[in-house]
Amino acid sequence: MAVKIEPQIVPVWRDFKDLQEYEQLRQRRPEGDKHSALFESVTEGIHSFPGGFAVTTVADGFFNWARKSSVWPVTFGLACCAIEMMATFASRFDVERLGMVPWASPRHSDLMIVSGTVTIKMAPMLTRIYDQMPDPKWVVSMGSCANSGGPFRHGYHVVKGVDRVVPVDVYVPGCPPPPESLLNGLLLLQDQIAHFRTTGRRAEPNPKVD
Amino acid sequence: MSTVAPTKTVEFEYSGGERLTMNMGPQHPSAHGVFRAILTLEGEDVVGVDAVIGYLHRCHEKLSETLTYAQYPSIASKTDYVAAMTSEFAYVLAAEKIAKIEVPKRAQYLRVICAELQRVASHLLWLGTWCLDMGGALGGGATIFLYCIRERELVLDLFESLVGARLLYGFYQVGGTRYDIPPGWAETCRETVDLIDRRIDEYERMLEENPFFLARAKGVGLISRELAEDVGISGPLLRGSGVACDLRRAEPYSSYEDFDFRVPVETAGDCFARYRVRMVEFRESLKIVRQALDRLPEGPISSRPGLKSVAQVRVPKGEYYARVEGARGEVGCYLIADGSAKPYRMKWRGASFSNLAVLPHIIPGHKVADVVAIMGSVDPVFGEVDR
Amino acid sequence: MTRDQAATLIGERFGIAQVEGDSATIVVTVPVEQWTPFALFAKDTLGCRFFNFSTAVDWKEQGLEVVVRVDNVDARFGLLMKTRLGPGVSACPSLVPVYRGANWMERECYDMFGIRFEGHPDLRRILLGDDWEGHPLLKSYAVDTPHPPYR
Repeated sequence: MAVKIEPQIVPVWRDFKDLQEYEQLRQRRPEGDKHSALFESVTEGIHSFPGGFAVTTVADGFFNWARKSSVWPVTFGLACCAIEMMATFASRFDVERLGMVPWASPRHSDLMIVSGTVTIKMAPMLTRIYDQMPDPKWVVSMGSCANSGGPFRHGYHVVKGVDRVVPVDVYVPGCPPPPESLLNGLLLLQDQIAHFRTTGRRAEPNPKVD
Repeated sequence: MSTVAPTKTVEFEYSGGERLTMNMGPQHPSAHGVFRAILTLEGEDVVGVDAVIGYLHRCHEKLSETLTYAQYPSIASKTDYVAAMTSEFAYVLAAEKIAKIEVPKRAQYLRVICAELQRVASHLLWLGTWCLDMGGALGGGATIFLYCIRERELVLDLFESLVGARLLYGFYQVGGTRYDIPPGWAETCRETVDLIDRRIDEYERMLEENPFFLARAKGVGLISRELAEDVGISGPLLRGSGVACDLRRAEPYSSYEDFDFRVPVETAGDCFARYRVRMVEFRESLKIVRQALDRLPEGPISSRPGLKSVAQVRVPKGEYYARVEGARGEVGCYLIADGSAKPYRMKWRGASFSNLAVLPHIIPGHKVADVVAIMGSVDPVFGEVDR
Repeated sequence: MTRDQAATLIGERFGIAQVEGDSATIVVTVPVEQWTPFALFAKDTLGCRFFNFSTAVDWKEQGLEVVVRVDNVDARFGLLMKTRLGPGVSACPSLVPVYRGANWMERECYDMFGIRFEGHPDLRRILLGDDWEGHPLLKSYAVDTPHPPYR
């Protein structure tokens, strides 16, 4: 008894052309975190005014305090580390006490926690999500796979580290990192944000460990 | 008081001829991972779905041909990373069957304890995330998510004191287990099991007295018995469709025949039936853990000496398909050995791959909001789908 | 129907002598021409309605081998059927008209081994991207093949 196959309605999805889009986005990869021209000119004006540096420094400190106290990570789980990331967001290791609210939309988020292996099929999507996030934005690379490819480094379909695709601020080692380790990474990130300047230069990432 | 003339009623006619293509994923808060569903909609009704998977294809099958029998079990745990213990189990079982290695009774019992605790942890995560999806990320659904993670952490604490890792273990090795239980572990385990047993009753009351939960779960995502067998879905989905198939009962491995447990079967085949099956499985797993702790025999934990090199385990020529009942269904490992320290070919039969293949058959005809509920009830883990 | 009855029935109907396997599994090697008739026979007569998995093995110069496992859930035995395609051949009849579960599994086989399943309704790559070159699980494909611009 052969089952009759109903013709399935298959949408045309080849039009998305992920790879071509990736190539275009790669050209426009941001070098730093630039503010709008108006903001830059106002800051310049205040800074060149006598005694204005005190205002900009205080304003800088205030902005950075506000930024670091309300980092909203986008809930973007890739692989095994996503489960540990969820555990970090949940009841025992509560990240909301650090002012972090896991948010479902990249357009309202400041932080992307790359939790897991980035594959070649996923890399264009990851870049697109990164580009959807408003500036200034930060990236935490969580786990060996995101740092360097980890145990799957030699696989044909695995990107050897997410820093080949998007710039990374904090590397968290481990396979998978326990929530304590991720929390340490998030605190490191807060330290980095505290030293973030309006000129768009940010602190160097911590040394990368597999 | 002036009278207002009645406004003219305009009726919009919808012929149903227009189709909208909607992309869902790969970053979607309710997608349980990296899954992309391209839905074709007519209004609010889904008429076609194209599932795009492979965003987490980590070359497991190719890598297994380059890694030895001693190395691979810890990589195998990364296929089904929510229930890592059972994935390792399938691999070492296949290697042991080909090499005809006997496993000591104590190791078999330890394997059973860990596999069942892992099933509890995995189902807790499923319950939490499914309710989170159905209740909305900001709504009341977050309550049960936080509760479930709280209990899951207790199970992970047990694993941490046993293995040293929280999520991916490498506990199983060819010939037995890697570690013995530390002193005092059994008592902690009993206390945790009793606590979780009480808490599950609480969740059941919370959910089954909630009319919104019932409205979203009952009658949604029907899988008939014929479709279930034809596509090859397994685990709680298959048992929710009326097939009494549990590999622990049908093909007892690792002394499962010693334990007394019930295989829950529901005949409705909808999301609620799958939920019921999993809720009963919770208790049956806890029952098995208690029995195994009671009867845990003394003796060695491995029939092989400690590993000194990665190529020490050699498996003679042969092939075997070993399967275990994982948290989401039949986790199988089809291993072809050629006598060297590495397998010639390994096929990983992930339960989620087959379970997810049923989605294009059941989603058309539902509303968009039901897609999330159906996908949550299937409980896919994308490490296992894409391997 | 028990496992032994099924084994004898396979011998009578198809004349396949080498019926091996353990107490719960029958392993048979079927010629390619009889692939679909045998699957129909397994589903209807032997009651193996549960489609377990379908895969392939690359035996280097001896060519590819397609492996399918189906189960009889009620009688608790499994049937592992294999067919050799021969060296250089990469075409095989599809089992999708018999088992719907073969759809994704055969797409994966096509993706990984390049086996063209004739009669498959929607044969395209499933795990790798549409623009991928090569079939990774063939023995001739190196595990760390570079793929610019990512690796």
